[in-house]
Amino acid sequence: MNDKLIIAGKSYSSRLLVGTGKYKDFAETRAALDASGAEIVTVAIRRTNLGQNANEPNLLDAVPMSKFTYLPNTAGCYTADDAVRTLRLARELLDGHSLVKLEVLGDPQSLYPNVIETLAAAKTLVAEGFQVMVYTSDDPIIAKQLEDIGCVAIMPLASLIGSGMGILNPWNLQLIMERVQVPVIVDAGVGTASDAAIAMELGCHGVLMNTAIAAAQQPVLMASAMKQAVEAGRSAFLAGRMPKKLYSASPSSPTAGIISSTRS
Amino acid sequence: MGNNSKVITVSINGEPRQLPANMAIASLIDEMGLTGKRIALERNGEIVPRSTFTTQSLSAGDKLEIVVAVGGG
Repeated sequence: MNDKLIIAGKSYSSRLLVGTGKYKDFAETRAALDASGAEIVTVAIRRTNLGQNANEPNLLDAVPMSKFTYLPNTAGCYTADDAVRTLRLARELLDGHSLVKLEVLGDPQSLYPNVIETLAAAKTLVAEGFQVMVYTSDDPIIAKQLEDIGCVAIMPLASLIGSGMGILNPWNLQLIMERVQVPVIVDAGVGTASDAAIAMELGCHGVLMNTAIAAAQQPVLMASAMKQAVEAGRSAFLAGRMPKKLYSASPSSPTAGIISSTRS
Repeated sequence: MGNNSKVITVSINGEPRQLPANMAIASLIDEMGLTGKRIALERNGEIVPRSTFTTQSLSAGDKLEIVVAVGGG
């Protein structure tokens, strides 16, 4: 089936995007990524550890840029300015790579997005030629404004980052999908495979997750479960589900040819 | 430090560091063992392209951020 996810004119076979944080080591990171089938993987940009051995294993060896599309993020940024600086550094670091994940957080407890700073950062980044996939709240008006600014994907939360609470407001995701033309990718809150399947059944174009895989008892097995869930959910969406009804006078087996009762 | 023994203080990733005046950024990167590593560098809020490390030298009070890609969500 030719059903590709298209972001900023580039097509991807996998609709599952995954993070590379919180794994026990790089070998586990890579095994989970392979099991997930993800092509786009998020990475963070951080200060070099001064005084540490520069020859330690690093992410780029375990997750080569030749095999995966890097999506540098702005995790931990609380202002538009910090987010923009982080992604300028990312672009320099990754040889001019312009596809990025913008997230500007509102507070360190909830990690809820600060949409005002997010809008400001998105404007600057788009003007500077970045292709911005943007993490945001599930507010349909903000989502539309982010699209109008020129973001290439809208990535609303399903629930709070790292919470594993699943999809708390499917109706808002629906409102967003009805309003924007660019891909809508659920980012944050997925806890288990059914959450990912539900997101896809709702018509979301993809799902981005990290903790749901990395914090599972067996991350590699969960990565494989997520791959199947995203595929199953997408297929179900394309197939078009039957309408829900309270009861049906239309049983699945024939109503004719039933043997007669002996009790008459 | 030869005949140019003046020492300046710069900030690297938030930590003060004493370096010889007019040190090339490339020399600092080399001293930190980062030559050939995939890094990016910002000076006083502006990106310094890797291709210019050999031609740009440090000034007193410079604030440097040197970053790498790490695992993240």
